[in-house]
Amino acid sequence: MTDVALEAAALALEDTQRRPWRVLFAAAWSQHRTKIGLGITALLVGTAIVGQFVTPYPPDQGVANQLPFAPPSSDVWLGTDTLGRDVFSRFLAGGLSVLVLSGIATALGMVLGVAVGLVAAYSRGKLDDVLMRSMDVLLSLPQIVFALVLAATVGPELWLLVVAVGVTTMPRAARVTRGAAVEVVERDFVRAAEAIGLPRRRILFSEVLPNISSPLIVETTLRMSFNVAVVAGLSFLGFGLQPPAADWGLMINENKNGLTLQPWPVLLPVIAIALLTIGTSLIGDGLSRAAIGIERGRTSRG
Amino acid sequence: MSTETPAETGAQTPALELVDLRVEIDYGHREDIVDGIAFSVAAGEVLSLVGESGSGKTTIGLAVLGHTRRGARITSGEVRIEGRDILSLPPLERQRLRGRLVSYVPQDPAAALNPALRIETQLEETLSSHGFGSSDDRRARIAETLAEVLLPGDSAFLHRYPHQLSGGQQQRVALAMAFANRPRVIVLDEPTTGLDVTTQAHVLETVRALCAAHGVAAVYVSHDLAVVATLASRVAVMYGGRLVELGPTGTLFQVAAHPYTRRLVEAIPELSGQHALVGIPGTAPRPGQRPAGCFFEPRCTFAVARCRAEFPPVDQVAPGHEVRCWERDRVLADSLAARPQAVPLPDVSADRSLVLVQEIDAAHGPRQVLFGVGVVVRPHECVALVGESGSGKTTLARCIAGLHSNYDGEISFRGRPLPPGARTRDPETRREIQYVFQSPYSSLNPRKSIGQIIGQPLRLFFDLGGREVRSRTAEVLETVQLSASVVERFPHHLSGGERQRVAIARALVANPQLLICDEVTSALDVSVQAAIVDLLADLQRELGLGLLFVTHNLALIRTIAHEVVVMSNGRIVERGLVDDVLDRPQAEYTKKLLSDTPSLEAAIAASRV
Amino acid sequence: MHGITGFVVRRVLLGLVTLWVTSVVIFAATQALPGDAARSILGRSATPESLAELRRQLGLDKPILTQYWEWISGIFTGDLGTSLANSLPVTEIMGERLVYSFFLMLIAAIISVPLGIALGAISARRRDGAFDQTTSIATLGLAALPEFVVGITLAVIFSTTVFHVLPSVIVTEPGVGPWNYPKELVLPVVTLVIAVVPYTARIMRASTVEILESDFVEMARLKGLPERRVLWRHAVPNALAPTFQVTALNLAYLAGGIVVVEAVFNYPGIGLLLIDSVRARDMPTVQAIALLIAALYVVLNLLADLGTILVSPRLRTSLE
Repeated sequence: MTDVALEAAALALEDTQRRPWRVLFAAAWSQHRTKIGLGITALLVGTAIVGQFVTPYPPDQGVANQLPFAPPSSDVWLGTDTLGRDVFSRFLAGGLSVLVLSGIATALGMVLGVAVGLVAAYSRGKLDDVLMRSMDVLLSLPQIVFALVLAATVGPELWLLVVAVGVTTMPRAARVTRGAAVEVVERDFVRAAEAIGLPRRRILFSEVLPNISSPLIVETTLRMSFNVAVVAGLSFLGFGLQPPAADWGLMINENKNGLTLQPWPVLLPVIAIALLTIGTSLIGDGLSRAAIGIERGRTSRG
Repeated sequence: MSTETPAETGAQTPALELVDLRVEIDYGHREDIVDGIAFSVAAGEVLSLVGESGSGKTTIGLAVLGHTRRGARITSGEVRIEGRDILSLPPLERQRLRGRLVSYVPQDPAAALNPALRIETQLEETLSSHGFGSSDDRRARIAETLAEVLLPGDSAFLHRYPHQLSGGQQQRVALAMAFANRPRVIVLDEPTTGLDVTTQAHVLETVRALCAAHGVAAVYVSHDLAVVATLASRVAVMYGGRLVELGPTGTLFQVAAHPYTRRLVEAIPELSGQHALVGIPGTAPRPGQRPAGCFFEPRCTFAVARCRAEFPPVDQVAPGHEVRCWERDRVLADSLAARPQAVPLPDVSADRSLVLVQEIDAAHGPRQVLFGVGVVVRPHECVALVGESGSGKTTLARCIAGLHSNYDGEISFRGRPLPPGARTRDPETRREIQYVFQSPYSSLNPRKSIGQIIGQPLRLFFDLGGREVRSRTAEVLETVQLSASVVERFPHHLSGGERQRVAIARALVANPQLLICDEVTSALDVSVQAAIVDLLADLQRELGLGLLFVTHNLALIRTIAHEVVVMSNGRIVERGLVDDVLDRPQAEYTKKLLSDTPSLEAAIAASRV
Repeated sequence: MHGITGFVVRRVLLGLVTLWVTSVVIFAATQALPGDAARSILGRSATPESLAELRRQLGLDKPILTQYWEWISGIFTGDLGTSLANSLPVTEIMGERLVYSFFLMLIAAIISVPLGIALGAISARRRDGAFDQTTSIATLGLAALPEFVVGITLAVIFSTTVFHVLPSVIVTEPGVGPWNYPKELVLPVVTLVIAVVPYTARIMRASTVEILESDFVEMARLKGLPERRVLWRHAVPNALAPTFQVTALNLAYLAGGIVVVEAVFNYPGIGLLLIDSVRARDMPTVQAIALLIAALYVVLNLLADLGTILVSPRLRTSLE
């Protein structure tokens, strides 16, 4: 769908929909990529959540009468892994950890980041400077490196993983929030709220925040997509769930050396992680283009 | 290069001729933006293309160069420049004609000049890309053109970047670029928007001189009829993407044949303030929402059944005067009927003061913007605060409203000292002083419904429950002449004029004693301006509000204000009763401002020349 | 101080301060958190006496500020401490690894920087055309993928399962430079390029589209300038600033990506060293590598900021 087409669709939606949120979601939904992304993501999230209840074999025990790295057969549909466990069962059980960990970390990071970004944008001056410079400090390390540094001290604890990824999501969220809020804070309706004496917190949450919801929704989706990659990467490196737990990242690590014999214990989680990140990314992109189309439609109408 | 007057070129090929031009939206149902556009312009003549926002005038302006914005396409018609249809040319050849045969002066020169290139480069390339002789020749031509637009031609100036020039200078550079190649046709797209009145007058004069000197046919696109009165010999009026009237400027100002033109003229503020300002309720239809009959019919006082059913064709009223209206004879006959007289202003008690500003100095950061300024507004009185951009009038208004606290000096309200900054004031005071902002596009929260926007001060100041809020909201909406169904809608569903009414309603609902209106009409079309000023004047009378009316347009104040304070560069230049100051100005600045302000009288006087 | 020099100096100082605060954060994260290096080295069965002795040896019994000061001042004299894993100076361990990582990044950068810029600019120029649409879908998909997914997939295709043309693991000898293993470098380089280019190409496309749609480019066309001049004299000078940003971003992502990519291919660079050191709780090495990466980020950002300012006349003249 070209940008012009999207703009026209967005304009048409604006006239019919009452609530601005619905316009954004409807405009996103009108694109193929969003539908595909939602489908893929839903499939994988469904697998991750429900999978652990429908495993043909217990995921952390070896299957009787099967060797490690056994090829696919009628008993074990995708073969066994390095310890003789059923690949398919481990795959079904292994998605939840990635989802939950990255979900919590993203939520944590977004909440903190939005708070920081809003305060920075509204106060301008010194507080703004201090806050954003602190964010810069956190941005001077890649997310994975930061997590690794923390893991060096405490060891591969899950709560640490969540904190590390959450804390490194915060500055990115803060930057986007501040960028969007700075323009909104300048508008006259915020002045009008100040003139009638609305307290600062009310102004930030009820006047400013709803007006940056579009970029925030987009950013949350993008951050989630990134954080799934980071969390899976940390699991792959051995800093997520520990053996014998079933975890997609861990599976890839454990079975890497048997790739020539039996690719499935590696391929299946690889494909799953790939689809999950692509799915969330497609949704994010659909939302992003919808937001841009709505903005341009509004300004062109005048 | 032709130097004949328009009258003599009657039999010759016009420099520019549009024939049945149609531009469509390049997607979906292919709705038209403009259709059936036809007019011609002779060499040395200026035709003004007038219309409000959404009328399609900018689209036509660009189409004269054979260009459209993204998402639009020219689908039929001809654009003949000196007899040759440029639309039939292959794109590469058409591109070569631009800048040489036909030029464009943009609305926003700051955005149209490349921030990364020096002025010299941008001027030079206009000439060199069209193969203009040697570099010495080019330098001479640049110097000549810069002199014509009253800009310095020295190398220091040429070496500058666009952001180092003022708005007026940037616009002159744009003019120089357009005239450099001595084109046959030039399109000017509202080039004086955003410039203050004095600069505007200069630019218009420059354009007129250049067109006459070089025999250039000009199309001057504008939304402001008063501005074009001194410049254009003929006016083409646009409505909803159609040309509804075309004729000599003088005729249209005095005996227009189309009801819309008539209403546009009546909406122009007068310095004399004799007549009431009349606006046009409703809005023009957008592409895709245009009816089968005449587009203006829903808003027209002359409408009959036929107007709704059939779209009127072009009809000749007199040689050179065309109109699209079924009832044109009735419209012409109506010109003799009197216009409504202005309502006299109520008396003002001279004793107490509502707001007293005593000698304040204010600053933005390190820069001082107000120097010892003092103002008084009495109860039930309207004081107009007039000045151009940078005069400090908005700063003064914001100091009173509590939106600007960086000042020294005392302001008292109802006899008691007023703390700077709205947060430091008590709720009663905040309620009693209300502010209406300039831009209705920025002063309403896009995420809140109209009901929520108006309900906020009700809940905050009066602690009312749901039912009370709803009924008070409905009441105040009626006061500002908006339909009650608007409560469910969001700001982007409303037009500029409707949004401004909501902003006024929001201020009124608090039952204020003092209403501060900061340039509340500047962002609106001329016809809507009149309606808003009208509304404010009525409200002030009925509710007995104290009103501080900030504006840069002197012509607006006669019908609404008792006293006027004229400001310039942070100082008060003159003050007094409106009649005194407008009829017998004392200060030089006031006199200059009066003579530069476009008004109906000046327009009619100019068009008679 | 005024003018451009003043601005540069101020910006550099800001970078140094940021780096310093980051060093504090790194140090605090490694030393001040619960969990103790001595205990990890000696294990659970260690006696309190041996723990105390080891702590004294490692200097862990000194006050935190003293430890920090010793670390920081050590950096200026080229002493990054001693590795807890093998008692060698950290600088020695990092030395050869650094060469390997740097070489990998260099090759990847030489390919990815121009590729990202070119893809983005061409997509923007031929907007909505076939090239743009396919590139758009491809970059959207690829940008989302984690680097290890890309790496493993490439290994599966070219090395282990589908074809067997390239090695997926590198076996090196000490003292031999990375340029002696061209075949082994292919997969890591390609992984890095695929990990980074889609992202930067998208940003470049967006920036270029914004410029091509700007009022001044439209005005240049309306002046009748030939298209080539419009592109090169009007559009490109305004595209320089975004290009700097994109390049800095590109290099920064590479620096972050090598950690995972080296792990996938067992490539002996500082990324793999970092992971091994974290596993071994070798604090000094971890601190040193983290600080190095942070310094790289800060320098890249600094260069991008300076470049952006110097290339925009409006920003430049506001400083003079």
